[in-house]
Amino acid sequence: MPAYYLEALTITLGLILLMAEAFVPSKSKAWVGVLAALGLAAILGLTTIAIGPEAKPDAAWAKWPLWNFYQFDSLAIFYKSFALVCTLLVVLLSIDYRSILARFTDHPGSENGTGEYYALSVFACVGMMMLASAKDLAGAFVSLELVTVTFYILVAYMRRNIGSLEAGVKYLILGALSTGFLVYGIAWVYGATGTMSLAALPSSIANLQSTTPLLFGIALIMLGLCFKIGAVPMQVWIPDVYQGAPTPTTAFLSVGSKAAGFILTIRFLEPLLANPATSGPTLKLIFILAIATLIFGNLAAIPQTNFKRLLGYSSIAHAGFLLLALATGQAETADAPGAITVVSFYLATYLIMTLGVFFILAQVRIQRDGERIHDFAGLGKSNPLLATALTILLAALAGIPLTAGFIGKFMVFSLAINAGLWWGVAIAAIGAAAGFYYYFNTIKAMWWTEATNTTPVTLPAISKLCVATLTIATLVFGFWPQPILALLR
Amino acid sequence: MLPILVFLPIAAFIAILLGSPARFTAIAASVANLALGIWAAATWQNECWNFSLPVLEKPALNLAFGMPDGMSAVMILLSVIVTLAAVLTTKAPAGSERLHYGSSLLISAGALGAFASTDLFFFYAFHELALIPTFIMIGLFGRGDRREAAWKITIYLGVGSIVLLAGLLWLSSLTGTLDMNKMIAAAGTIDATAQKGIAALLLIGFGTLVSLFPFHSWAAPAYASAPAPVAMLHAGVLKKFGLYGLLRLAIPLLPDGLQAWLTPLLVLLLGNILWVGLVTISQKRLDGMLGNSSVMHMGYIFLAIAALIAMPSNPLAKPAAVLLMFAHGISIALLFGLADRIERSTGSLDFTDLGGLAKSAPSLAFLFGIGAMASIGLPGLANFAGEVLVFLSTFHNYNGTAGLSPLQITCILAIWGVVISAVYMLRAYRRVFHGPSVKATESAADLTITDRIPALLLILSLLAVGLYPNLLLNLLK
Repeated sequence: MPAYYLEALTITLGLILLMAEAFVPSKSKAWVGVLAALGLAAILGLTTIAIGPEAKPDAAWAKWPLWNFYQFDSLAIFYKSFALVCTLLVVLLSIDYRSILARFTDHPGSENGTGEYYALSVFACVGMMMLASAKDLAGAFVSLELVTVTFYILVAYMRRNIGSLEAGVKYLILGALSTGFLVYGIAWVYGATGTMSLAALPSSIANLQSTTPLLFGIALIMLGLCFKIGAVPMQVWIPDVYQGAPTPTTAFLSVGSKAAGFILTIRFLEPLLANPATSGPTLKLIFILAIATLIFGNLAAIPQTNFKRLLGYSSIAHAGFLLLALATGQAETADAPGAITVVSFYLATYLIMTLGVFFILAQVRIQRDGERIHDFAGLGKSNPLLATALTILLAALAGIPLTAGFIGKFMVFSLAINAGLWWGVAIAAIGAAAGFYYYFNTIKAMWWTEATNTTPVTLPAISKLCVATLTIATLVFGFWPQPILALLR
Repeated sequence: MLPILVFLPIAAFIAILLGSPARFTAIAASVANLALGIWAAATWQNECWNFSLPVLEKPALNLAFGMPDGMSAVMILLSVIVTLAAVLTTKAPAGSERLHYGSSLLISAGALGAFASTDLFFFYAFHELALIPTFIMIGLFGRGDRREAAWKITIYLGVGSIVLLAGLLWLSSLTGTLDMNKMIAAAGTIDATAQKGIAALLLIGFGTLVSLFPFHSWAAPAYASAPAPVAMLHAGVLKKFGLYGLLRLAIPLLPDGLQAWLTPLLVLLLGNILWVGLVTISQKRLDGMLGNSSVMHMGYIFLAIAALIAMPSNPLAKPAAVLLMFAHGISIALLFGLADRIERSTGSLDFTDLGGLAKSAPSLAFLFGIGAMASIGLPGLANFAGEVLVFLSTFHNYNGTAGLSPLQITCILAIWGVVISAVYMLRAYRRVFHGPSVKATESAADLTITDRIPALLLILSLLAVGLYPNLLLNLLK
């Protein structure tokens, strides 16, 4: 099956969901979500049989000009699966979250209008899958806009909720600004090198008389990408938007959108790192961004009292670790993984841990009607198993050994030490220490703080299954990470 | 065979979570582990104890266990003995048996894993695994100001662990492997500047975990507050991880780097022995005194490590350090376990509320007395053998004409610590057990037969090693 079928099928799935939502009369819209989840799972299965033009060079489709915009390698498979898994989990999360969505969309009590949420998530997924195959800056830009524009709606989805609307406006304005940077940067790169194809960049860089215009373009594009991955200096939107957006959207933003930004960054950097004239300044730029992001994300997370906002800062902090890995520019060697592998691995573990936390957060939000750290108090007494799961997930985010989160951090630290980025190591160590503090703050609240609200939180079946799976995966990958890395071959 | 030793407590923990009777499962697993541990110590050179399972190709990572020398065997022995005593001592309030027994088992598994690992990654990871239940148990079931104590130990040890991790990763990046045996085989390839940096990171990182002065302030409040089994396991076993790490990695790999920090280390360990010693004398509660005394005694083990740094060929220093680690681990566990009994029968650990307990609880007084004597360093008990060896090791090859080296001056000052320990231990003993009976102690219940078993197990170990130190020293040759 040609690889682009994956995107085509996902688009079709989105359209079917949209039609079904509009024309099938029914009171509960949960089935739209179930349909979306089943469709996504089926497409996820199909990724194993998708092939690129190299596998079948004689086929008619293999000669199409599409392949100038679209590549299909192991990294593309990994990030396509990543987008699918992430969307699948977000859809499952929003099925259990639809009571809140319904309250702030149409008439309270009616689920009209919640069905589109699943369709929009699926469209965003297509954009992320396209980004995984990015081979040309123009094509990448279109895919990125598909993701971003969908997110404008997803963030402001609860249109009768003032917080969600505010988040939507903030995201729209800053998103538009970053798009401006990105397009302007692409124009400079095109002006300097005469090509938008990433594959053709290295040869045109080699013929350049001066790299200054190109470097200016690279800096602008990196600024635009920083918006997507949530890195300093384009991080200002994160806390407010994370806090205001519906929880499934926040989860999607913090995992899917971030991963999409990173795969584009990886694709964009690959040709630049091949040439020493551009690799030096680019890596230096990323290193500075990484340091600033690590400091800001970790230190600003410390005083937070709203858990969702805390997760926003934590997502900035994790972007810092990921950027630090990229800044090492280390290539894969015989006995050590390269920067790209480490970033991809880290993102995979980040997906598992973060989505697990969001599943629990969503239910606490629904049943205790609050998202502050304080609202988790007493969970250790009322729901010991749930509290244990959240403890494991948060400990993994903090990077406690024998959880998946530690292996990610371990690899980033190893890379940075091998590359001799001592300042990066020192700042990352301070960041990780701060991480201990703010993640354990919530653990502390769950177990040690006397609760004012002792209502036990009951997880619906889907959430229960997802939390259990994600928690166990966090532990298993904590001492047996090989399966994830095997996907990256 | 070592994976069984490590994963048996974890399996028991899971069984308890799934509903098997907590106390019975925990005791059964600990007894089985004690047997396995003794067998491991007796036959540590046997190939059957080595185990390796690849879990990651790049960077090459193995779940690997083994005993590269007798030091691991001694530490494993210490862990299994204290674990059984801790589990037997546990008296969990109804409704939280699972948490109490489960956490002891997890701490034990973490400690055993750390001492048995030959892969740097798991060496570090297992230790951290043991810390989580420690934090949670102190925060949930501690005495007094438990939340603050738990928060303090979490932050201190968390930060210490990260500093340690940076040092360990630097080490592995220079030697190009995570396998500790290969790493040690590559000793001598690390240049002096890097050694100095790594040594500083490891001394601070491991030092925080062992409560080296001035990174010690987490220890006394945490131990004073912790439930008895957690205090026994952490002070007795888990804390020794830092010392074990220094002896296992820093000493063979960083001879030049450690040399550069020798003088600061000597000053800091005197801080442990003299400063914390004086702080211990001023304690007004038994739990606070025991917590501080355990910080203080770490100074002697650091003294042995300093002797090893100053004279790498010193044949006495390493056995001395390991012997004292074992002895201190057993004796502090004994004292914490019995202090818990005192609190149970009198309702207080404040010296002003206690007195004359020996009349109503003679066997408690007798057993606690042995623990106190061991802690002071009375001949015939294991601590004496350890401390004497430590002091002797600093004077190894002493040349009278050359005058005293800084190490030897430190040793002479450190010996005053013995006087200090005698002062606070005997004072505490007098305050608690002698003098006129007070209301709280008049009708205090004595130890029952089952209560005595864990104490006797520990005392037996102290006596065996004290009367015949070769039992352990033969392992360390």
